[in-house]
Amino acid sequence: MSAIVESPQVQVRRNRMGMWLFFVSEAFLFGGLLIARFFLWGDTRPDLPQVVPLGITAVLLTSSFFMNRAEVAIANDDRKTFQRGLLITAFLGFIFFLGVLIFEWGWTIEDGAFVLGNHIHPTSGVYGAVLYGMTGMHALHVLSGIVIIMIIWNLGRKGKFSAEDHWGVEATAIYWHYIDLIWIFFYPALYLIGTAVPAGGH
Amino acid sequence: MRFFKTGLVKGILVGLLWWLIGFMLVEVIRVAMGLPAAWDPNVPAGPVAGQNALQWIVAGGLAAYEPAMVVAGIFFVIGFMLGVGTMSDWLKWVRGIDTPMHHGPKEGDPGWFRYFGADYSHKVIGLQYGVTAVILLMFAGTLALIFRVELANPELQLSLFGANPEVQGTLNWFNTLVSAHGMIMIGSILLGVGAMSNYLVPLMIGANDMAFPRLNSFAFWINVPGALLLVTAIFIGGWNTGWTGYPPLSAQAPIGVQYFFIGVFFIGMSSILGSLNIIVTTLTMRARGMTMFRMPIFVWAAFSTALIQLTATQLIGLSFLMVLIQRILGLGFFNPGFPDITVIASSQLWEGGGNPILFQHLFWFYSHPAVYVFILPGLGIISELLPVFSRKPLFGYKWIALSSMAIALVGFLVWAHHMFVSGMNTYLRVPFMLSTLLVAVPTGVKFFSWLGTLWGGRIDLKTPMLFTLGAISVFLIGGLTGPPLGTVTTDLQLHDTYYVVGHFHATMFGGFVFPFFAALYYWFPKFSGRQYNERLGVIHFALMTPAFWVMSLGQMLAGTRGMRRRVADYDPAWGIDGVQLAVSIAAFIIAFSVLLMVINLLWSSRRAPRAVANPWRSRGLEWQIPSPVPELSYATAPVVVGEPYDYGLPGSTYVQLAPAMTGGD
Ligand code: HEM
Ligand SMILES: [Cu+2]
Repeated sequence: MSAIVESPQVQVRRNRMGMWLFFVSEAFLFGGLLIARFFLWGDTRPDLPQVVPLGITAVLLTSSFFMNRAEVAIANDDRKTFQRGLLITAFLGFIFFLGVLIFEWGWTIEDGAFVLGNHIHPTSGVYGAVLYGMTGMHALHVLSGIVIIMIIWNLGRKGKFSAEDHWGVEATAIYWHYIDLIWIFFYPALYLIGTAVPAGGH
Repeated sequence: MRFFKTGLVKGILVGLLWWLIGFMLVEVIRVAMGLPAAWDPNVPAGPVAGQNALQWIVAGGLAAYEPAMVVAGIFFVIGFMLGVGTMSDWLKWVRGIDTPMHHGPKEGDPGWFRYFGADYSHKVIGLQYGVTAVILLMFAGTLALIFRVELANPELQLSLFGANPEVQGTLNWFNTLVSAHGMIMIGSILLGVGAMSNYLVPLMIGANDMAFPRLNSFAFWINVPGALLLVTAIFIGGWNTGWTGYPPLSAQAPIGVQYFFIGVFFIGMSSILGSLNIIVTTLTMRARGMTMFRMPIFVWAAFSTALIQLTATQLIGLSFLMVLIQRILGLGFFNPGFPDITVIASSQLWEGGGNPILFQHLFWFYSHPAVYVFILPGLGIISELLPVFSRKPLFGYKWIALSSMAIALVGFLVWAHHMFVSGMNTYLRVPFMLSTLLVAVPTGVKFFSWLGTLWGGRIDLKTPMLFTLGAISVFLIGGLTGPPLGTVTTDLQLHDTYYVVGHFHATMFGGFVFPFFAALYYWFPKFSGRQYNERLGVIHFALMTPAFWVMSLGQMLAGTRGMRRRVADYDPAWGIDGVQLAVSIAAFIIAFSVLLMVINLLWSSRRAPRAVANPWRSRGLEWQIPSPVPELSYATAPVVVGEPYDYGLPGSTYVQLAPAMTGGD
């Protein structure tokens, strides 16, 4: 039955095509969210503090740089830089994730119960809904990206990848860049475009 | 019992365990957040006097635990997938263990065993899709028979729907059955499409399997928990929104709507992953010499379909997810609240501002292209079978191939024709009317090419051919009734009436059900190695086709007289009693004829005489190899040297099977 087993190069070519098709598909998901934003907010946006979003955006973009360094490193069989690059990427991704969760969403305790909403509640009408919906869907992808990076890091530790054979690293890297790219669309849509109207909140 | 060791059973058991875990998880989080938990005595939930636990659940009692129910439903799907074993290779990869591809049944397992668990062969997966599709078809059909009994006469008949005050019945049951019929049928169609493309595409292009066999198995199995949730939704309170699930109604519907959302979400995930596989397979795994324009026409159809499924499906998933979240977390995407956006903008109390029309846009951006997902493979089957049974070349091969792509693309530009009366901006109406009518052009191309193929052919009326011709006649009805709906002026009258119901039944039967049955009969010798009973096949056709004409034309007639959809009762003054009765009788005849087919195929797969090698004298690749197809379909690589449909041209060859290689590559 050896005829079914394809050479690794052929399979990697197929994997790559599959991966890009997956991105095309996901683009429709994120595109749908962007359409929802413009449909519901029109040319307005909630008036939110700007510093934290700008900061975590910078962190996320920087993480892509380290992801790329890791990928280039494994292509040159430089294992040390590779492993370190992965860890830094995951760490920066995690900072972004916490930034969204703590500063943007803001978990606080009121009357002994957790409540959500630093600046704006998720249930505060359509502004809360779209803000939490879009950052939430993106954060979920970031979280999945972090998990995958850690898996790749662990496999790398076991010596699974080499300069010739590192499809897993490549896939993770493009996935991470993709998540980054989505944020480049989401960030201005949520925080920059439109006239700011006063944030409601508590 | 060996059956209890199958992946299916394991999947259900592990799924139920995960269901429980998910439920408890939410309750624990609720307690941690200071919210009342399920066991809090102040939560007014639990069977009331005179009700047992089951009656309480069926009446929707679990609604009090909606967030926990939702998370549990999602956990059920995850648990099922872990239990069934399609993810075990991936989980090993994550831990750094390589898993070489294994083909064929496991040592010591009986032959049927692999069909009930994770198996990576596309031939097994194709049949799994097909059998599941037929089971869902029969289940959803049974639901329709129940409410057709109700609709056969004016006033309420069935106690289930509240006709008898002594028995506890409600019209919610009617709504639930209508909604469940619609969505489970759509699930069945999607699985039927999956059956045809998974089984046929690799065989037709001379490949030994799909590009990603593990993903293929995953994409099939995720339908099963999805379908189970859809069925469960009926019994935990049901839902009253129809298959479209529009808010604001779906935002306040009984809790069944949540399992409907989750079920559809995962069936949609199957569409996305499955179509990705089809696209890569078609683009990279064709036999030597098979250029794009030498592919069998069905492969073109499956390819165009996959392009739609890959992209548009995300939008129905998103729209359902948004309502799901609005219900459990209160994110008000579709909750208008204040009527005027300027009020909200200046208000400190930000409530409302949501817009239910957004849902309709997102929903139809998938669901209109989805109707082409339903029909394109079927139209491909029609084009595939006509030349075989007319012994003539397919008329205008390139035009047909490209018309599938054209339909797929134009299909993305017409969605708002479902929303002419929704309250969307009126200036959108005319553009969408024009784009809708444009679809008639590529569809017309197909019709003319079919006529051209039949013209002067030596037609052989075997069962598959009968169903192909039936499909053309029925799809003609469906296609001709579309333009009045696409035209704004007439649609304002016809929207939400039984005319629409008649229209889409005709398109779906003509575009999917008839061709699917044709395909089942046609490839039955291929996958079973035996010949079905021809006489029963002809009887099936002779019963179903006229009954279907009566049914869909009757529905349209009732609609033009004022019969609205999704309503249990109607005014005798409209004079449609006779029509309604005829439609109900026709529905029962169709159901009976389908039963005949199922019996025929089941019986024939074990008892019927063995089929000859190429019973239809087809030129297709898949007929040049033994039936049933061996584990390794093409032990010798086929080479394509000619055109696929040159029937009746002496001396033309499509494919050569190269001299046997020994020992593989
Ligand atoms: C010439 C081609 C077609 C045209 C112009 C057309 C037009 C329309 C329009 C305008 C509606 C909306 C009617 C209303 O709700 O007021 C509609 C409904 C529908 N059509 Fe078509 N259609 C065509 C072909 C098809 C095909 C091929 C299918 C495939 C299965 C299909 C399936 C449906 C379905 C399922 C609905 C009902 C949706 C619902 O539940 O509201 N149509 N059609
Ligand atoms: Cu449509």
